[in-house]
Amino acid sequence: MVRVIGFLVGLGFVVVLGYSLIVGAIAYFTEEESGPTSYDYHLYAQDVSFPSDGPLGRFDRQQLQRGFQVFREVCAACHSLEYVAFRNLTEIGFTEAEVDAIADQWPIQVPTVDENTGEETTRNAVPADNFPRVYANEVAGRAANNNAYPPDLSLMTKARGEGAAYLYSLLVGYQDPPADLPEEFLPTTGLYYNPYFPNLNLAMPPALFPDQVTYADGTEATVQQMAWDVTAFLIWTAEPRMEARKATGWAVLIFLIFATVLAFLSYKNVWRDQKH
Amino acid sequence: MSFPWAEQYTPKNPFMKWMDERLPIPRLVYNSVGAGYPVPRNLNYFWNFGVLAGLALMIQIVTGIVLAMHYTPEAGMAFASVEHIMRDVNSGWLLRYLHFNGASFFFIVVYIHIFRGLYFGSYKAPREMVWLLGVVILLLMMATAFMGYVLPWGQMSYWAAQVITGLFAAIPLVGESLQQWLLGGFAPDNATLNRFFSLHYLLPFVILGCIILHIWALHLPGSNNPTGIDVKGPQDTIPFHPYYTAKDGFGAGVFLIALAIVVFFAPNFLGHADNYIEANPLSTPAHIVPEWYFWPFYAILRAFTVDFILEAKLWGVIAMFASIIVLFFLPWLDRSPVRSGTFRPKFKIWFWVLVVDIIALAYLGGAPAEEPYVMFSQIATIYYFAHFLIILPLISRTERPLPLPNSITEAVLGKDKTTAQPVAAE
Ligand code: HEC
Repeated sequence: MVRVIGFLVGLGFVVVLGYSLIVGAIAYFTEEESGPTSYDYHLYAQDVSFPSDGPLGRFDRQQLQRGFQVFREVCAACHSLEYVAFRNLTEIGFTEAEVDAIADQWPIQVPTVDENTGEETTRNAVPADNFPRVYANEVAGRAANNNAYPPDLSLMTKARGEGAAYLYSLLVGYQDPPADLPEEFLPTTGLYYNPYFPNLNLAMPPALFPDQVTYADGTEATVQQMAWDVTAFLIWTAEPRMEARKATGWAVLIFLIFATVLAFLSYKNVWRDQKH
Repeated sequence: MSFPWAEQYTPKNPFMKWMDERLPIPRLVYNSVGAGYPVPRNLNYFWNFGVLAGLALMIQIVTGIVLAMHYTPEAGMAFASVEHIMRDVNSGWLLRYLHFNGASFFFIVVYIHIFRGLYFGSYKAPREMVWLLGVVILLLMMATAFMGYVLPWGQMSYWAAQVITGLFAAIPLVGESLQQWLLGGFAPDNATLNRFFSLHYLLPFVILGCIILHIWALHLPGSNNPTGIDVKGPQDTIPFHPYYTAKDGFGAGVFLIALAIVVFFAPNFLGHADNYIEANPLSTPAHIVPEWYFWPFYAILRAFTVDFILEAKLWGVIAMFASIIVLFFLPWLDRSPVRSGTFRPKFKIWFWVLVVDIIALAYLGGAPAEEPYVMFSQIATIYYFAHFLIILPLISRTERPLPLPNSITEAVLGKDKTTAQPVAAE
């Protein structure tokens, strides 16, 4: 009985699927060749490497500080860094005094309540604060940016499939649209052509220009250099515990391999006179 | 427990003797996973995966309990609380990556465990109940994993909750009300998050209970083995401890090494980038995909594209649930008296076709819902159902099995004729 019912049910699924398949196949093979899609002009992220790559990779603190400088002087005008606190900057080599100063001089103040009147007001940031939001809310952010909201950057390198390489490519990838680009993909007002962006046109204006920042360590501030540095900084903001993770990983692996070899030997020892 | 020649527990010191007379837990342990459980001597490495699944569950429970101490199940705070765990909680990143990747490893191990059972006929009499409980555990795991995926409240969390509960909306008449009842609203929101958190905490313990029943049911007939033939006497078995505890210790080491490599060096490899974006009901991701371990079922869901009496979407939902329900009937669909695929020439071929088919479904379920992927998932889904409902019942009638060895011991000794000699009973 089970098998008869099962057979009928199975046949039912096979018939319905076969029908779907035939309908789909006819549609697929008779379909007209459609024109180019935005996908045809999209580019995959460039091949770029960072000191933090790979199982042995570590952050280059000098580079992270340069990256922070780019963030502070360029990106912070539009983008927030919600999940990072000023105090975390000591982890990339700033001294406590420097962090105090960075927080105190941050152009955006943090909301607070006046101690005497109880009224809402603002104060200078302190190291314990997270980086304050640029806009009070998303509506304000959109209003200021041609109806596109500049996303928070703290997790950006983990929040895109192509990761840090995508960020770097995006920052250096602004260019004139190719001559054969169909009209519907041309950037409209307030949009900028960038083949690394999935839609080809994004609302962020090109942010980096040569010598836009002056690096204290004398590194030449080319667009590539700044993009590389700020991306490295954003790898850190997305995964600040990466170095601890990899170091722990090696210790755990060495221990586990040792323990597993021992376990294997004891397994062989226990079984030495058993046929199996 | 299972065989008359099983070793008996004898308390070694006065305290254990005292304990044994009042609450014989040591005896229970001894009989379940100690020297008191006789096991066929010829188990291969595929028999490690049951214990590994238990280990994976323990890792999930321990890391999960600590994570719950730091997590906030509130729609506005959940995402930030996960970031708080990742950044500020001591070793929080480790707990979270272990828990997140541990779920994937749990499924890898359980899927291998299930394929082991399928190949060696572990679902057949007298172990049907073991198999049925196993399918229940699989369903519970899926529910738990799905609800866990919603908790970080990222984009994929949110949209997975929307899409999966939306499946129930395909049911005629009651569907929409059912979806609202599941979500506690019209769309995933705080009510959803809270109930999912509550159930996500509860279900692992239900799984634990089912595992105890699963092992209980297993230990009545005793473990199956690669030859699939019954244990005939004491010479066919060896005590679980120390033989299989030693082997499982080694297996656990290999498992933990694999887990550690992913957790420490590629912790986001199995995840989806969009889940690092906070949930946003106003922005639908380009491709909504569930976690990789649901991809075969997701492919089956999406394989139905044309209305046929019922709506295509409803067909998909029915087929997706049927793809697991069918496993409940497996012991009665495959009537071949021979358990192990080793001695079933036709079954063996179809079994490997099924393995390839399910891997193909997994690939297709992760691919975008476009042609030609959809056509391939239709073909693969046809095979999936045909395999269980049409092919298996037929070959169990027509197939001529190879001659079975007379006993496990004979099969073991036959492997290596040069040193063949009678083996003393334990
Ligand atoms: C003038 C304001 C402005 C500045 C300055 C700016 N951005 Fe943006 N950014 C935006 C806006 C607006 C968007 C949203 C674009 C869209 O969705 O089309 C955006 C989007 C992004 C994205 C996300 C792209 C995606 O895939 O969705 C990244 C990454 C990014 N910006 C990085 C940076 C970095 C790094 C800097 C500093 C070098 C920077 N931005 C400076 C306005 C700005």
